[in-house]
This record gives sequence, structure tokens and C-alpha cells, in this order.
Amino acid sequence: MDYLSPLHNELVFSLAAEALLGIEIPPRSTWIRMLMTELNRISSHVMWMATNGMDLASTSMMIYGFRDREMILSFFEKTTGLRMNHDYIRPGGVAADLPDGWEDDVMSIVETIPGRVDEYDELLTGQPIFKRRTEGVGIISPELATAMSATGPILRASGVAWDLRRAMPYLAYDEVDFDVIVGSVGDTFDRYAVRMNEIRESCKIVRQCVEKMPLGDYRAQDKKVTPPPRARIDESMEALIHHFKIFTRGFEVPPGEVYTAIESPRGELGCYLVADGSNKPYRMHIRGPSFVNLQSLPPLLRGGLIADAIAVISSVDPVMGEVDR
Amino acid sequence: MTAAATSAAELAGLPESPTVGAGGQEVIHVTRERYLEVTGALRDAGFEMCADLCAVDYLRHPDRPLPEAVTPERFEIVVNLLSLERRQRVRLRVQVPASDPVVPTLFNLYPGTENMEREAFDLFGVCFEGHPDHTRILMPDDWEGHPLRKDYSVGRVPVQFKQAPGPR
Repeated sequence: MDYLSPLHNELVFSLAAEALLGIEIPPRSTWIRMLMTELNRISSHVMWMATNGMDLASTSMMIYGFRDREMILSFFEKTTGLRMNHDYIRPGGVAADLPDGWEDDVMSIVETIPGRVDEYDELLTGQPIFKRRTEGVGIISPELATAMSATGPILRASGVAWDLRRAMPYLAYDEVDFDVIVGSVGDTFDRYAVRMNEIRESCKIVRQCVEKMPLGDYRAQDKKVTPPPRARIDESMEALIHHFKIFTRGFEVPPGEVYTAIESPRGELGCYLVADGSNKPYRMHIRGPSFVNLQSLPPLLRGGLIADAIAVISSVDPVMGEVDR
Repeated sequence: MTAAATSAAELAGLPESPTVGAGGQEVIHVTRERYLEVTGALRDAGFEMCADLCAVDYLRHPDRPLPEAVTPERFEIVVNLLSLERRQRVRLRVQVPASDPVVPTLFNLYPGTENMEREAFDLFGVCFEGHPDHTRILMPDDWEGHPLRKDYSVGRVPVQFKQAPGPR
């Protein structure tokens, strides 16, 4: 699946499973999820700016983008143990609490990134070659983008203020203040500008997450869904049994079907989950935004130059791992 | 995502009565004959985006709980429609029999369903009548069978590559 925003993949599945289980998760785990997915959005967009720079022959942008992404990935490694494919957000909460001193790590990220984005803004936006390759290239109208089921920066760049974080708030997005970035023309340049400004907005959200992070448990204390605390296993036979059952057999989800959707860096990431009462999903369908957004390529490319194709494909930001899933 | 004040079925003036699924989501069960008509009515009522379309193979659950008027069949096509203006979702479930797995395409109403319908055909073998490019999308063109069907045995077919020499 989408290897540039792995935490979003975990989040959408966890939300679907929790909706079927009907469990509430503690506020701290909600805010940790928000913090981590917004950091993931920054890293994904920075990575996009890097590869987009590479596609448009701006090698320095590539190096800078990878440098900044590494800052965030090292925080992820500190928190989850892995740089990618974290298995951190799980049904019932998150796998572990944030590490000691996380505030300093996160604040140093959100204090560095906006300044760097200003530099990239100057490097690319003010550059005549970059502007001539992107402005007026690959235009899509809001009506066509909607009809083609395009979501995320493609839809917003065409002028439709549609962001699931604002339109259908999940987690605690209704409690944070941020702007939905929209474009006006719907060309490649607008899609670039939308993503760049979304990095700034995500930094704002991360700051608010640090300020408002509640204390408490980082996962629901539901014996059937989440493992018991490590200390309890030594003293309680029952806790040991629950721990063993969860890691060998998993948990049973009551029958039903649900569709959850979140705003991934690429658009609407949906999960349609059918449960039949057993410990495995009967059917899980992922609506990958890259898979759906790729349909917009023919109308975007029609009538353009071959050389523009590179800029346009890059501006759709497809992650092939999410296309074939 | 709670149920909106006015249900999508009311907005579109449909005779089908919606049910409420997990998380307060509105679900409309629609027959194959009424599928196009209902989807068109919903689009005219403001559901301008088809967010998702997928198939489900209920081979092992022929007696799953469904509203009384619905006859369970092996396949289901599940369509998630979205209204940007009303910030509302609605889900359609269509029963498709295994003996005749054909439904009309939504391509003329929602061009964005092109890839999704090809995926459902590729992995489940449900055909979409009138689709402009009714071919496989994920599996190789000469692949046999539909891998996400519940009776498709895993490991039955050796890995195939396009233009690779056949088994010796």
C-alpha cells in the first residue's frame, strides 16, 4: 500500500475495525494518532516535492526533500521502532506511548520545516523555468475532477474546498485550527502550491497537537481488543491469558459492514470492511486514492506536449504501491 | 460520520427504504433492475461523486442478515456515493447472482468508476454491461480466474508473466 504514508493506512483500518467493534478510544490515543499522521503528511509532501523536483530536473530540491523527510522518519523510528511500515496505530489505540522528550523532537521538526519550505518556495516558485513548465499545464476543471472521483490536492487545486479533515471530521480535527488550501486554475502549478502550503498547515496542526496533548492512556483498556499492560502479566493469570489470546488468535469482530474514509496526503483513503463474527475480516477493500486519481491523467494530458507529461504525472503524485495494493 | 437529517433516499425520492449500518451510515439495498435508475436519481439529488465501488463474494455466507425484501445472492456490488455540498455519504448494495454476474456500468453517470469497475471485474469476475474498456486492470491479460473469489484456491496457478515461455 501507500509506503509514503504508512500511518494513514494503519489509521483507516483501525477506524473501520473500531467502528465495527463499537469501542471508544481514550483522548490521548486520538491526539497521538493526529500528531503522527500529520507528521506523516509533512514527510509525504516533502518527499513529493523532492521527487517532483527530480522530475523537473531540480536535483537540489531532491536532496533537500530527502534530508527533511529523514528528520521526521528518525522521529518515527524513535517512537515506533521502524522508519516505515510502523504497525503503530492499531485497533484500540496506538502500540506504544510517545517516547520521553517527544515534545522537543516534534517542536524542532515544526520549527525547522516552515523555514525550509520558505527556502524551497523561493527556489522553485521564483524560478522561471519551473514556472514555465508548470503554469497552465495539465488543467482540470472542478466539474471534471469531481466526475472523475479525483480527491486530495488534485480536487483542491481545481478550486473545490473538499478536505475530509474539515468536511467530515474524524479523530479530533474539529478541535484544531487549520486552513483548507485551494487553488484557482487547477494546473500543475496549483497542485504544487496546494501541497507546499499544506505542509505549512500540517505544521500548524502538529503545534496544536503538542499544546493540547491530553494525559492518560494511549490505548483502550479493553481486554478483548488490546493487550494488558506489561506489569499486569507478571501478577495476573487472567492478564496472561488475554495477552496470549490476543497475540495468537486476535479478537472477534461482530458481523457488519462499514466504510471509513480519511484524508491521506493523496486524497480520500477509504476502507470498506465486512466482518462475519470471526477473528479475520471477511472482506477488506481499500479505496486507494492513487488508483482512483490516475484516472484523471488522460483528461489532464490530452492536447499537451509530450514533455509536459512528466510534469503532469508527477503532479498527480501516484504511489504505485497503492495502485496495485 | 453520523446520519444526516435528511436521508439520501428521501432526497432522491426513492421508494427503497434505507437501513442504518455501523457508525450511523445510510445503506440502500437496491435490485439489479433498479440499480441505474436509483443511482441516477441520487446523482441528480446532489450526490455528485462516486467515491468507491467494489464487489464482495458472499460464497460462505448465503444466510447473512439482510432486510426482508432482499434476496441474498452470491455477489454484492457496493457503491459509495458522496455529496460534497451536503457532506453526506450513502452506500448502495446490489445483489448479483453467480449464474449471471452482470450489472450495468455506472460509467455514463460517473466516469470515475472506470478503474473501479475494471478492478471488480478483474478480481471477482462481475461484468459491467456497457463499460468502454472491459478488460483486466491488475492481473495479466491472459490470467485465468478471478483471484478474490472465495472458491479461487491459493497457489493453484504458478506465477505467470506476460510473454514468458510456457511450462516445459
